[in-house]
Amino acid sequence: MTSYADYTTGEPVADTKAPAGPINERWDKRRFEAKLVNPANRRKQTVIVVGTGLAGGSAGATLAEQGYRVVQFCYQDSPRRAHSIAAQGGINAAKNYRNDGDSVHRLFYDTVKGGDFRSRESNVHRLAQISVEIIDQCVAQGVPFAREYGGLLDTRSFGGVQVSRTFYARGQTGQQLLLGAYQALSRQIAAGNVEMHPRTEMLDLIVVDGRARGIVARDLITGKIDTYFADAVVLASGGYGNVFYLSTNAMNSNATAVWRAHRRGAYFANPCFTQIHPTCIPRTGDHQSKLTLMSESLRNDGRIWVPKAKGDTRPPNQIPEDERDYYLERIYPSFGNLVPRDIASRAAKNVCDEGRGVGPGGQGVYLDFADAIKRMGRGKVEERYGNLFDMYERITAENPYEVPMRIYPAVHYTMGGLWVDYDLQTTIPGLFAVGEANFSDHGANRLGASALMQGLADGYFVLPATINDYLARHPHKDEVGADHPVVQEVLAETEDRLNLLLAVDGDRTPDSFHRELGELLWEFCGMARTDSGLRKALERIPQIREEFWRRIKVPGTGEEFNQSLEKANRIVDYLELAELMCLDALHRSESCGGHFREESQTPDGEAARKDDEFGYAAAWEFTGTGEAPTLHKEDLVFEYVHPTQRSYA
Amino acid sequence: MKLTLRVWRQKNAGAEGTMSTYEVDGISPDMSFLEMLDVLNEQLILSGEDPVAFDHDCREGICGACSLVINGDAHGPERTTTCQLHMRSFKDGDTIDVEPWRAAAFPVVKDLVVDRSAFDRIIQAGGYITAPTGSAPEAHATPVPKPDADFAFEHAECIGCGACVAACPNGAAMLFTSAKVNHLNVLPQGAPERETRVLDMVAQMDEEGFGGCTLTGECATACPKGIPLVSITSMNKEWLRATRRAAKR
Repeated sequence: MTSYADYTTGEPVADTKAPAGPINERWDKRRFEAKLVNPANRRKQTVIVVGTGLAGGSAGATLAEQGYRVVQFCYQDSPRRAHSIAAQGGINAAKNYRNDGDSVHRLFYDTVKGGDFRSRESNVHRLAQISVEIIDQCVAQGVPFAREYGGLLDTRSFGGVQVSRTFYARGQTGQQLLLGAYQALSRQIAAGNVEMHPRTEMLDLIVVDGRARGIVARDLITGKIDTYFADAVVLASGGYGNVFYLSTNAMNSNATAVWRAHRRGAYFANPCFTQIHPTCIPRTGDHQSKLTLMSESLRNDGRIWVPKAKGDTRPPNQIPEDERDYYLERIYPSFGNLVPRDIASRAAKNVCDEGRGVGPGGQGVYLDFADAIKRMGRGKVEERYGNLFDMYERITAENPYEVPMRIYPAVHYTMGGLWVDYDLQTTIPGLFAVGEANFSDHGANRLGASALMQGLADGYFVLPATINDYLARHPHKDEVGADHPVVQEVLAETEDRLNLLLAVDGDRTPDSFHRELGELLWEFCGMARTDSGLRKALERIPQIREEFWRRIKVPGTGEEFNQSLEKANRIVDYLELAELMCLDALHRSESCGGHFREESQTPDGEAARKDDEFGYAAAWEFTGTGEAPTLHKEDLVFEYVHPTQRSYA
Repeated sequence: MKLTLRVWRQKNAGAEGTMSTYEVDGISPDMSFLEMLDVLNEQLILSGEDPVAFDHDCREGICGACSLVINGDAHGPERTTTCQLHMRSFKDGDTIDVEPWRAAAFPVVKDLVVDRSAFDRIIQAGGYITAPTGSAPEAHATPVPKPDADFAFEHAECIGCGACVAACPNGAAMLFTSAKVNHLNVLPQGAPERETRVLDMVAQMDEEGFGGCTLTGECATACPKGIPLVSITSMNKEWLRATRRAAKR
């Protein structure tokens, strides 16, 4: 038997949809070349959309406006609760309202560079072009962005870029954008153009004659497993950060839709590219169920430090100035506390690993506003960060005006996802992936305030244009019926899986397995990765999987509302996805963006990319559970932004 | 901490419900209320019992999924969502009652989970601005005075959790409905549908079986996002204005 790590390399994969020619003309050209569907025929074509976050909500609403019949799903009780709602900071757009030198090209440039040269130029340029239309669209919908006294939109700078291009609605930008999309979707539901299925979770994909033709989904209230058919399927099911158990994702965010699609033939690209956010509230104990992010704008005025001595348990106020290590200011004198996310996260891990961490379990560092309060006065600090300080105090019961905050990095976003071409189509014809579910725009590291931009660009503007081409080439001819042998087979597999979960009747809860897997991944496939660590994880994961199927305990039945069954079924997929993440991290023996391999660093300890060897996106093909997958490389060509090594010292 | 929990158990929408008593031990004051319920559920699973079903997702106070009546108060003793309520608000040895939202328009699905789809239908009736994708003018074409933008934002903050309905002795949805009406009606973009919006949303609200408003103010006290009671007054004004105009036509 060959081991999982002995992957084979198959044919390269290429994006055949992006037109050649000057980069600023490609999107126009593609839109012109894409075939259109006659408005009268659109009514006959059905599109399934899975997920109702920024990408799914905006895609469902827009496709319905165009005249397609949309059948949409979310596991939440209402489409308004998708986790896009929790995004705080803002949304980037190259409006250049500040006249500060911003442009589409600069946003494109910043995003490619920020992604550490592992994204596709054509896609990123289109994203920057569309960014300006998103703001127009959202304002027209009534999204209450922050405004200046003159009534015009306010912006702020974010994530270390030099221009002020981030539009925001206090600390709730994601909420306001999502409600805008939800309201547009609600209008289409009321008009009868969208058939909405809340509390219904996709459990598998139906592929007939090589084309995605529907899904298997479970009604979470009755437990009934049903099949739904369409001419195309769009996955907008979000990222897979919850594989780590503790993350800033919502509790029920999961990877089942993308993983099941992967098992049915969709390539999964760059699974090891995960983003770890430096400013989260640390965990307080084993009971911790999720982590809460605090806007990284705090680093603009707060100073990060730990005690110089190991195991110093004095309260922070009793540690004199000369016994504190302001390590970011010391190591990166020119950027100080404002180094990019991945660098700040790794530095925090390093000082904690040295035994100098603070708070419960030594998993935290101080973020101190004492100097800022001295400099600006408490009033000014309150004005800037009041809501964040309140949030911190509510969770920790500590007053950050008097005691320094404690922060620690946490898993926040996944840049990897289903491989898609310029049309956002996966390697399964008729299956599209939008938003965080795809891999395309952020490379190895996402910039702040760019997730909302990408979700809405995909859903409002990109997919509705590109899916036309596919639907025009595949006019609605035949109905795939529930009695089709392929459908019967997929349905039976799903039912068998759930029945098996219920039948094991072991002695461990779903959460106990999820936590164990998460801790393993965090240790070996988290902020810093090594060859030996990843091999250890690859050895351990199949063992956990085996134990899972022997000892899992799921109470109740499948024919009822059963949250333990939902959880256990998601863990089945995490146990496979985790393995692919570790393999991807192992094979990419360079450091880039959020992926840091200890073996690949510069003499001063920074990430060292190896462009000659790894200047590609890694698209993996599934070959069987625990079987070595096949790697397909998409070579990344940089015609406009030339790769350089980042330096922040 | 050691606590006694009295929890509403109901197998499904059609079944009879009852309060069941459970003991939990080793609860840390740093746990959130939902993490305390996680502890209970882990115990129940291992002892072969059905864990307590409850809605929850983001656990950071913004998705609006969590919905528990704790010791008679929607979202419990602090002015926040259940997921942001911590066990330090309770004492060792306390007995805590945990119930679902109670309202005619929110039928129980199972245990502590209720059906809030009536809220979605109120939004579908008019809680939007008709602006199909692609039709938008340049964002700066219409400036919005800052006080209006701030007023819109304060109402747009509603997370649709339903605490207002649960807290209201009449089971009314006036605070929820008014928050959306006020958010959209104050904006210039919302003006063309200003009248139909309020009339249609209020009509849908009545159709869903929510109670009438007697201005007791419990809703605004329970609201984790601080939507003010005066929001209802503003909506009533909008409704009267719209009714008068419709009568003139």
